[in-house]
Amino acid sequence: MVSDTIPTKFEFLEHTADAKFKAYGTTLEEAFENVAMATMNVMIDTTPIKGLITKHVELESSSLDDLVVDWLSEILFLFEVEEIVFGNFKVESVSQQEDNKYKIVGEVAGEPIDPSTHKFNTHAKAVTYNGLQVTKENSYWVLQVTIDT
Amino acid sequence: MEQENNNNDIFDIVKKIDDNTWEVPKEYKPFMRVPGKIFVSENMLRSMERETIDQVANVSALPGIQKHSLAMPDAHLGYGFPIGGVAAFDSEEGVISPGGVGFDINCGVRLIRTNLHVDEVRPVISELIKNIFQEIPSGLGSKSRIRVNDNELDNVFLQGARWAVEQGYGVESDVEHCEGNGMIEGADPSQVSSKARKRGKPQLGTLGSGNHFLEIQYIDNVYDEKAAQAYGLEEGQVTFMVHCGSRGAGHQICTDHLRTLSQSVNKYGIQLPDKQLACAPTTSPEAQNYFKAMACAANYAWANRQIIMHWTREVFAKTFKTDIDSLEMDLVYDVAHNIAKLEEHIVDGTKKKLYVHRKGATRAFPPGHSEVPQQYRAIGQPVLLPGSMGTPSFVLHGTQQGMDTTFGSACHGSGRAMSRKKAKGAYKGEDVKRNLAAMGIHVEAMNPAVIAEEAPEVYKKSSDVVNVVHDSGIAQKVVRMVPMGVAKG
Repeated sequence: MVSDTIPTKFEFLEHTADAKFKAYGTTLEEAFENVAMATMNVMIDTTPIKGLITKHVELESSSLDDLVVDWLSEILFLFEVEEIVFGNFKVESVSQQEDNKYKIVGEVAGEPIDPSTHKFNTHAKAVTYNGLQVTKENSYWVLQVTIDT
Repeated sequence: MEQENNNNDIFDIVKKIDDNTWEVPKEYKPFMRVPGKIFVSENMLRSMERETIDQVANVSALPGIQKHSLAMPDAHLGYGFPIGGVAAFDSEEGVISPGGVGFDINCGVRLIRTNLHVDEVRPVISELIKNIFQEIPSGLGSKSRIRVNDNELDNVFLQGARWAVEQGYGVESDVEHCEGNGMIEGADPSQVSSKARKRGKPQLGTLGSGNHFLEIQYIDNVYDEKAAQAYGLEEGQVTFMVHCGSRGAGHQICTDHLRTLSQSVNKYGIQLPDKQLACAPTTSPEAQNYFKAMACAANYAWANRQIIMHWTREVFAKTFKTDIDSLEMDLVYDVAHNIAKLEEHIVDGTKKKLYVHRKGATRAFPPGHSEVPQQYRAIGQPVLLPGSMGTPSFVLHGTQQGMDTTFGSACHGSGRAMSRKKAKGAYKGEDVKRNLAAMGIHVEAMNPAVIAEEAPEVYKKSSDVVNVVHDSGIAQKVVRMVPMGVAKG
């Protein structure tokens, strides 16, 4: 039987100029939640972030790879334009559509950026396709992403 | 600090051409259309990552690539193209690739001279940097002092540095001293998404974060008196350097078009070793639409650096209790180091139009070239090579040899040698700041972690990099500047 345990939610890998990580999930939904959390954690420890404002995200992409890029790009866009630092990520579904496209429905929640309390490290600026991997290893999903910083 | 990567196998891959030039043979990977060429010393090659060599090879898989896939002396691991990568593609049979430009479209550097001597600035350096840090919005989430509406944003996209000058941020001669007069032709704001506009609007006039900086320096070494004189530079003179790009606008434009191009790769039957190299034939609507949007971001970046320079001039004037004109803060030059440009080059004795992609590499045009400002034409284009926080920066001039071997390109900085993750583990921001202060370098940053990530030790030595550029003849040293104060984003 499949085991329910993932090694960790996400882990950072070595990359000279940018931020690279692997995120894990027993389901695709959980892996997409964790990959979003990893992306925000490039910038800041999200542990103390409160979910004061919630944003609904619904996206369609032509492949799972593209869906990862589009999902994270959307979160970085909301972070920058809405000025919200996100700490909670809830993915309701990741599904393949009749036209073979992939769709994600989820919610991200966080609090308004406040430079006096939020001490940011590197700015996660964009999501790259470099070394992008969506794989299923044993019983869990592994999403590998490189973020431009 | 050089990192040894135990990469002895690199020497099994590359072929030595001379002390500073190494070839990645076409046979290294089956998909390579042309060989790779890397400009580094043997020592620098020893610390280069194997994956960087692979990225040089991957770029040579792109259709229509001319002569070589090149890596400048500061080359290091990027995504798709290596950072420090240069590749030129036939304007009809080649491709345009956003990965060869990068997310921060027209990230670049400008150098401004002053008539101040280092001894006049030294006593007020801490105040000067503090004032700059206060007046120039820097760091993640910083708010610009200006807000443009949609019409104004269109004009920024279309006119670049000139738009800023017309709004009162600077003078006409500033425009003449930018690469391509601070503007790239062919911009079309209709190819810029509403998301890119939303990111770009509030960020015009902000420095950004990461490796972006504003540095006050002084010239401590003149290598070429004649060239220095033409550039208005002399020993002891204080200069300042602005390093930033197109901010969220550029990142979103790249993200949007990368998505489109990655989906069109199959349509055009292009085989890619790395998805980040997504590209389309130069004449295709996908490639042309990207180019039109890229031009918008490039022009935005020139306007951005122009505005930041203007505010910095104001800070100097205020700190020295005088007016801007009396400090003679003329723009020496402004170069892009993440850009694709349609240029004319000689390939196998024939003049050809090429899309030259420079990803973490700058233009370095030779003496006599029509795109070098009149005032500098006899010398060649000023090439700006910033160091890291604690290491010197250099001005060089372009050469005919560079035009012939690197499509008139040189490196854009020192190049990272250590990841941010490792840097944060190895250094503490406060310690780095203190050590730099002991060297007479005053640093201001939003967060000490940024200082640790950008510690001088995480970069290759700028002197090693510049010596390879000089010795290989790509560009020639003119002056060296040492840092006095840095405002980090």
